[in-house]
Amino acid sequence: MTAYDYLSLLQGAAVTVSLSLVGIIIGVPLGLVLALARWSEVPALARAVAAYVSVLRATPLVTLALLVFFALPNVGVPIDPVPAAIVSITMNTAAFNCEIWRAALNDFPRTQLDAATAVGMTPGLAFRRIVFPQIWRISLPGLVNEMTLLIKSSPAIAVVGIVDITRAAVRIGAQTYEPLPPFLTATALYFLVVLGFVRAQRSIEVHLDRKFGFA
Amino acid sequence: MSHEFAIVWAHKDRLLGGFANTILLSLLATAAALALASAIAIALMSHRRAVRAPARGFVDGMRCIPFLLLAYIVYYALPSLGIRLNNWTAGLCALVIYNAAYMAEILRGAWASLPREHIDAGLAFGFSGLKLYRRIVLPPIVLACVPVMGNQIIQIIKDSAFLTIIAVPELTHEASAIQSMYYVPFAAFVSAVALYWLLCRLVELAVAAVEHRARARR
Repeated sequence: MTAYDYLSLLQGAAVTVSLSLVGIIIGVPLGLVLALARWSEVPALARAVAAYVSVLRATPLVTLALLVFFALPNVGVPIDPVPAAIVSITMNTAAFNCEIWRAALNDFPRTQLDAATAVGMTPGLAFRRIVFPQIWRISLPGLVNEMTLLIKSSPAIAVVGIVDITRAAVRIGAQTYEPLPPFLTATALYFLVVLGFVRAQRSIEVHLDRKFGFA
Repeated sequence: MSHEFAIVWAHKDRLLGGFANTILLSLLATAAALALASAIAIALMSHRRAVRAPARGFVDGMRCIPFLLLAYIVYYALPSLGIRLNNWTAGLCALVIYNAAYMAEILRGAWASLPREHIDAGLAFGFSGLKLYRRIVLPPIVLACVPVMGNQIIQIIKDSAFLTIIAVPELTHEASAIQSMYYVPFAAFVSAVALYWLLCRLVELAVAAVEHRARARR
């Protein structure tokens, strides 16, 4: 492997990380919105969300990426590979994040909400001041776990023509006829990316522990 | 739109053939991965470091890499070590190796929380070695893990879609083939998604049924 090959793997890593981050930045709050729709039992919406989550959790990211990339232009919405990858990653991760948020919301003690109403808080204010500060800490490990799963399913976006870490490694292997070195380098890169997320989670927990005395 | 679905319907044999391959791959991978995982779990729980360390390294290594990368390693890198597999077998091997690591970790977790008295009672009744593991340790931990194992089986079904990239004729691959031949992307992939959903629902129902029976046993 030449220096150029290492560089193209690093480029692939930048693609994997940036597309995953965009998916996370949109998918985590979107998951919360979906979970809130179910939690507050908004009539038709709650059932639609339940159906969405059930289907999306069963859909492989490869199949979803192909569907988004090929079917959207077919119904008159032209889409490039990068937006198609972001849309499919976000649709996928939002479904899983919805379930994580929902579990935290379902476990939330009703008595606290009653207390908030009793002191005259509106539902919105009670959510901002009482519910959210508690549920995000409970959901953090689950959300970070889902982020690492997202990184591991991200090579699926190669089917719409995006060169991520895995795709870059395959290309180098095909050119040099020595697939093992690029694959091992790719493995090391994924390890570092996943480690980065887990470390970030730990440092947030340590920070919370210092500030509030609990994580 | 209905015209698109009519085209997919006309080629339903192809789609269902892919679906059958997805089911077969998932079933074989689940059975083999579970068997391999119960062996790895013994190594993970071993008191000897020389046994435990390589098993731990394998499990942690698999949990760090994407499934597709392992599939590529099995498919492209094994031939340079003199092992040549066709794409179907390579795909199955990758599914087994990858998911065995996750399942071993699930079993280890359940085993670690198995009450010591349970094993002591087995020893008192004269069970030892492999027989103790097979008859006393394994049944309760497998039953305890049923819901998590169900999720892992769903993961296997979804991982199998990656195998389209190494040209294994599974469900996504056949949907792709139909769409590229007749340009019916919406109908082809929506049909595939519906079949994946159906299969995953079946797994969830099976898990609920097994859990129900497990609860009756307790």
